[in-house]
Amino acid sequence: MSDLQFSSPKSVKEAVKILSASKGKARVLAGGTDLLVQLRAGRMSGSMIVDIKNIPELRSIKKEKNGFTIGAAVSGAELGAHKAINKAWPGVVEGLELIGSTQIQGRASLGGNLCNGSPAADSVPGLIAAGATCKIAGPKGLRTSKVEDIVLGPGKTSLKTGEFVVSFFLPTRPKRSGDAYLRFIPRTEMDIAVVGASVSLTLDKVGVCSEARVSLGAVAPKPLLVAKAASAIIGTKVDDEALTELSLAASAACDPIDDKRGTVEYRTKVAGVLARRAATIALERARGN
Amino acid sequence: MAKYHVKTTINGDPAEFLCGTEQTVLDCLRDELGLTGSKEGCSSGDCGACSITLDGRLVCACLVLGVETEGKDIETIEGIADGDDLHPIQKHFLQEAALQCGICTPGFIVAAKALLAENPNPTETETRYWLAGNLCRCTGYDKIVTAVMNAAAEMRGE
Repeated sequence: MSDLQFSSPKSVKEAVKILSASKGKARVLAGGTDLLVQLRAGRMSGSMIVDIKNIPELRSIKKEKNGFTIGAAVSGAELGAHKAINKAWPGVVEGLELIGSTQIQGRASLGGNLCNGSPAADSVPGLIAAGATCKIAGPKGLRTSKVEDIVLGPGKTSLKTGEFVVSFFLPTRPKRSGDAYLRFIPRTEMDIAVVGASVSLTLDKVGVCSEARVSLGAVAPKPLLVAKAASAIIGTKVDDEALTELSLAASAACDPIDDKRGTVEYRTKVAGVLARRAATIALERARGN
Repeated sequence: MAKYHVKTTINGDPAEFLCGTEQTVLDCLRDELGLTGSKEGCSSGDCGACSITLDGRLVCACLVLGVETEGKDIETIEGIADGDDLHPIQKHFLQEAALQCGICTPGFIVAAKALLAENPNPTETETRYWLAGNLCRCTGYDKIVTAVMNAAAEMRGE
């Protein structure tokens, strides 16, 4: 048997100390729905597991003056039960809630889904479209990063040795705003995204789109923020023509893999279709707010 | 191998065990405590045969480390019946013949109980979605869903 160590810090400070001392040999455990699978398959690197779920800040959702702070280890079931966040950022919640079964929802977290570094992570496009940031603790103190700057490629993140994500911040939703996340899989539940698309947009008083962010998952080595797709609808009434431009820009941004789950051509086409559908739902939600 | 001393509550009773970091709570239940009702199917959180509740939340025991359960409240299939009296969900599984080989059954019953605790009057669709993480390769699910719906009706006093 290996001599795998376990640690369960009670504060952010203690966690940073343990992670820094391990010199990169420690793995952070949040919900464990990816890490334990890697561990069992003999694919987990490292000689220590650091469970961050006993740090109160990692497990709480807080309403702030200008938005929400969501602990990185808050589970899908907990986030899904939070009415105010469901109302403000339904696209973010639906992304996390699409991951796995009821059992997985009892554990899976935003922090784990992001830091696992999968290009197909369902909760990440919603966070990127929402303009979410994350608070990162490390040996040099706290820093803030945009969510889109965390994943660098499959399994790779921009987190330095000793760093971990403490929480996410979602800004207060402006009036007349909406967001949505859609995922394409060959079945209705329990599968990995072939394509994921999230759109967040804001309308002005006369119904012209004043702000938008579009994010795609599973179509490149990392989740994408597609500025050209957003600029295709900004300044328009998000009409048919603008949506066609958004769709084309989304497809043009794709650089997907070719595998049994979807060919390059298929994923590229579906990304455009899905981005358009997500934009349409976000638009309906914005009109209702 | 590091051995950790873990104190938990299992099915209402205090329980202690020793485990290594690598051991999941499923390993601990089955190998250290002799509670073999929770089954090991896939070991990757796909099949739900090891479903338990952890502080009231439905989880796969194969995706939780034993050391993580310190101070936690665990419920397993062994805690569902009240002595010799079967839980309504168990009774209806028998009445509907909602099992054949039986490997998935403990997980289904634990998951169904968690569903009815949260939603005593689920629709068939809600029941099917809730149980999507429990796989059965024998029954085709209809009998299982019927058993859960009938148990829910009985528990509501209908």
